[in-house]
Amino acid sequence: MRPTRGFVAVTALAALALLPPPAGAQVESTDPIRLTLHDWTGQLITTRIMGEVLKAAGYNVEYVQADYLAQFAGLKSGDLHVAMEIWETTGRQAMDEAVATGLVENLGETGMVAIEEWWYPLYMKEQCPGLPDWRALNDCAELFATPETYPKGRYLGGPVTWGGYDEERVEALGLDFEVVHAGTDAALFAELESAYQRRAPIILWVYTPHWAPIKYEGEWIEFPPYEPACYEDPSWGVNPDLAYDCGKPRGPIWKVAWAGLKDKWPGAYRAIKAFRVTNEEMGEMIARVDLEGESVEAVVADWMAKNEDRWRAWIGQ
Amino acid sequence: MASAALPRAHAVGRSYAAPAAVAAAFALSLAFLALPRGTVPAWLLRVPREWVPPLRRWLSAFMDWLVGSASFGLFTFKDLTRAFSALMDWPLWLAKSLLVTGFQLGEGSAAVALTAPVSWLAVILLLTLFAYRLGGRGLAILVFLCFAYLALFGQWESAMVTLSSIVIAVPFGVAGGLALGIWAYRSPRFERALTPLLDVMQTTPVFAYLVPILFLFGFGPVAAMIATIIYAMPPMVRVTILALKQVPEEIKEFGRMVGCSRRQFMWRVLVPTARPALMVGVNQVIMLSLNMVIIASMIGAGGLGYDVLASLRRLDIGAGLEAGLAITLLAIALDRMSQAAAGRSERRRGRQGGASGFDGVMAAALLFALATLWLGLRYPWLARYPEALEISTAPFWDALVRWINVNFFDQLEAFKTTLLVYVLVPVKRFLLAQPWPWVLLLLTLAALRLGGVRLALVVLGFGLFVAFSGFWTKAMITVYLCGLAVIIAALLGIPLGIACGLNARLWRVVEAVIDTLQTLPSFVYLIPVVMLFRVGDFSAMIAVILYAIAPAIRYAAHGVRRVPAHLIEAGRASGCTPRQILLRIRLPLALPEILLGINQTIMLALSMLVITALVGTRDLGQEVYIALTKADVGYGLVAGLSVAAIAMIADRLIGAWAERLRRRFGLQA
Repeated sequence: MRPTRGFVAVTALAALALLPPPAGAQVESTDPIRLTLHDWTGQLITTRIMGEVLKAAGYNVEYVQADYLAQFAGLKSGDLHVAMEIWETTGRQAMDEAVATGLVENLGETGMVAIEEWWYPLYMKEQCPGLPDWRALNDCAELFATPETYPKGRYLGGPVTWGGYDEERVEALGLDFEVVHAGTDAALFAELESAYQRRAPIILWVYTPHWAPIKYEGEWIEFPPYEPACYEDPSWGVNPDLAYDCGKPRGPIWKVAWAGLKDKWPGAYRAIKAFRVTNEEMGEMIARVDLEGESVEAVVADWMAKNEDRWRAWIGQ
Repeated sequence: MASAALPRAHAVGRSYAAPAAVAAAFALSLAFLALPRGTVPAWLLRVPREWVPPLRRWLSAFMDWLVGSASFGLFTFKDLTRAFSALMDWPLWLAKSLLVTGFQLGEGSAAVALTAPVSWLAVILLLTLFAYRLGGRGLAILVFLCFAYLALFGQWESAMVTLSSIVIAVPFGVAGGLALGIWAYRSPRFERALTPLLDVMQTTPVFAYLVPILFLFGFGPVAAMIATIIYAMPPMVRVTILALKQVPEEIKEFGRMVGCSRRQFMWRVLVPTARPALMVGVNQVIMLSLNMVIIASMIGAGGLGYDVLASLRRLDIGAGLEAGLAITLLAIALDRMSQAAAGRSERRRGRQGGASGFDGVMAAALLFALATLWLGLRYPWLARYPEALEISTAPFWDALVRWINVNFFDQLEAFKTTLLVYVLVPVKRFLLAQPWPWVLLLLTLAALRLGGVRLALVVLGFGLFVAFSGFWTKAMITVYLCGLAVIIAALLGIPLGIACGLNARLWRVVEAVIDTLQTLPSFVYLIPVVMLFRVGDFSAMIAVILYAIAPAIRYAAHGVRRVPAHLIEAGRASGCTPRQILLRIRLPLALPEILLGINQTIMLALSMLVITALVGTRDLGQEVYIALTKADVGYGLVAGLSVAAIAMIADRLIGAWAERLRRRFGLQA
């Protein structure tokens, strides 16, 4: 359907149609590579960087707004081509399912590592001086309680779909807390914003790279550090009878693509595989957009100018 | 809810047997709640897993087959849908090129602009002139203000993306609805087959069938449009059937006498006569299409829906509100224009001819619009509304929410806790304590009494589906959340509606408010609600009530207003006080309408489940959402169909009840 459209445009506007061919003719195919945009800033930045790099290599790039989970249908059918941020923690199941069909390929890590843990605003430390050690949580459980959970504390977890084993963690570590799930990221941080405005007690699931730990001052709870054995072997850790008596694993953020990418645009495929950024740069760029109000495009252009050597290497120049 | 031993009770009139039976059933239900834990065997509280048929697997397998290998020999089913999608892509591409991108050669980043889009100035000018033509000065001012808002508040480009898919989706929805409605009018058998399908289309959460649609129609605006049409078309079909049936017999008789062919009879007699009623359907298609803007933006439609989602993820409440309001204003402008267009074609039959001088102005404006396609390339301020002239009230809204949050949180918290402890939690526990065979028994008996054996069988069938879907507990949580929301919406909405029915000025104000509530994406007010009331059932319920209260008000007002004047006159003549006229004449006669309003309230409440899942409820909507994350089509469809089954049980029971009331008061169906 796409070529016909071009044809129509030509015939309908014949007077204007004789224009030079698009630049960058040396790439394998000038069909647009479709990258998906989601609704959080970090992902927009990652994707725009990748897109700009591909453009510099002469590829034709198109950005498509797509839902994080619904996009897998498009990636499988080849309607969409690249998704730059699939988080180990929130997208693993959908990604594995898609990769298992053979229609989608995992292009490796982005270099960013997702940290997810229980988190509290810094002002809570005055009222509960034992923090951030997890053993202090039970002393302050009533502080974090609400009428629905009293006398237990209320811990606001992520959406059910994110997993995270918080119920199991509460049980295994004997915490006097009740886990309440937010349905979305937006709801989660709406509660944090509300509590922060009132300097009210709150403890919740926060992750990074994200604007929240930059905007709000706070700390992660220090649980016994994660080891694979903790999740698999009940005898590991402080509770000899139960697994999950430790913190959360730190998971990579993955890049995935339509399986046909490799054959249609081999150069782009290599470039996307080579893409790497760090948590620190990403955090700084997210803060500039979300907190200082700069545009995503400007921040990306700035990064491109400062890191020319790095991205030139990705596209083999 | 009478027992089967009293089948004739309603024929005799008022009897104390029925209330007694209801009271007895309620007492027994309470007893289940009071029983110590473990007395009722677990298999009575939820159908054991081994008994659940593997419907999910079958549905998944069927969908895999349909998407993957279903074939007609020469081409596959997917080829067919993809071809259809390519066809649909055409008008969409044209609209988008005109309004958003300008015509381009090539695509993606390699595209070369041949023209600019039609200038915002020209669009506003043309639409204002057009509105003046359709509905005079008042409408012209309204349309001008709505579109000026879009430009002024920096929403123009997104709004045009949304508009270009709406102006394509709405005609398809209207034409498809009209065609199906006419067919159903001609063939009662088709109507019987269609009715449950319409219910399923309206009540199954979109997320349940989103993934198959994406496969079949491709990821992008076309798939979004198809999902929009599926959701927005059913009211048009229903309204068409009803409107055609209501054409007076004399007019039909006349049409037959002058010897119309079947086609002439339909298009020259029935459809024109039914036009005012049909316009109600058009209104609903427009409103519901704009309702889908948020979900459509999740699958590549972009536009205002995306802006709403993205700003709320940044917790930029003001920006979310401004984008959401743009959707509402778009809906209002389109709706009022379509209403005026319908009214005008009525009037035009009376007096022919128009202002020919005005045609000249229109033509000049059109030429100007075309000229901006090229002028826009030279003068960027024509193509894009200059950013420097944009304004925003976003900081004000953020500050307002913050102020309420900081100063009134404790009062709100106390209010919430009271409601939670004394209403929400007891109702939830009560419902979850009921054994499923007992619930099904009560529902079947109620159906038997209200509508007879047929209805009882239908209700029992739907009930068994829910019980054996494996989602019984989630279904009861759904019933609890939506049921309470509907009751509260009815308690608030019906008295307000009655007041509106008696007072036209009040109605004008209330109508504007409920139109806004219905088209403003619920996500916009959901986030402030979460900030004030925290994540949980209470926040979800507030969102459901805000959205679902509209029909309760609308239908009650409508019902009170259309009580025949001669009956009120008769009441006045026999010396009734105004209070008696209201309580003894207006209300009883408006009761069937009020019940229909409640019916619609239930439907809307159930359709909000998808949204409430986003604030962490644990009902069927959440299951559908989980299925989406696990890419499990069958799981999502079964959960989605369970929602539809609950909706249909409520709909059938209330419909039968309304029918009985009508008969009792000697009103026409």
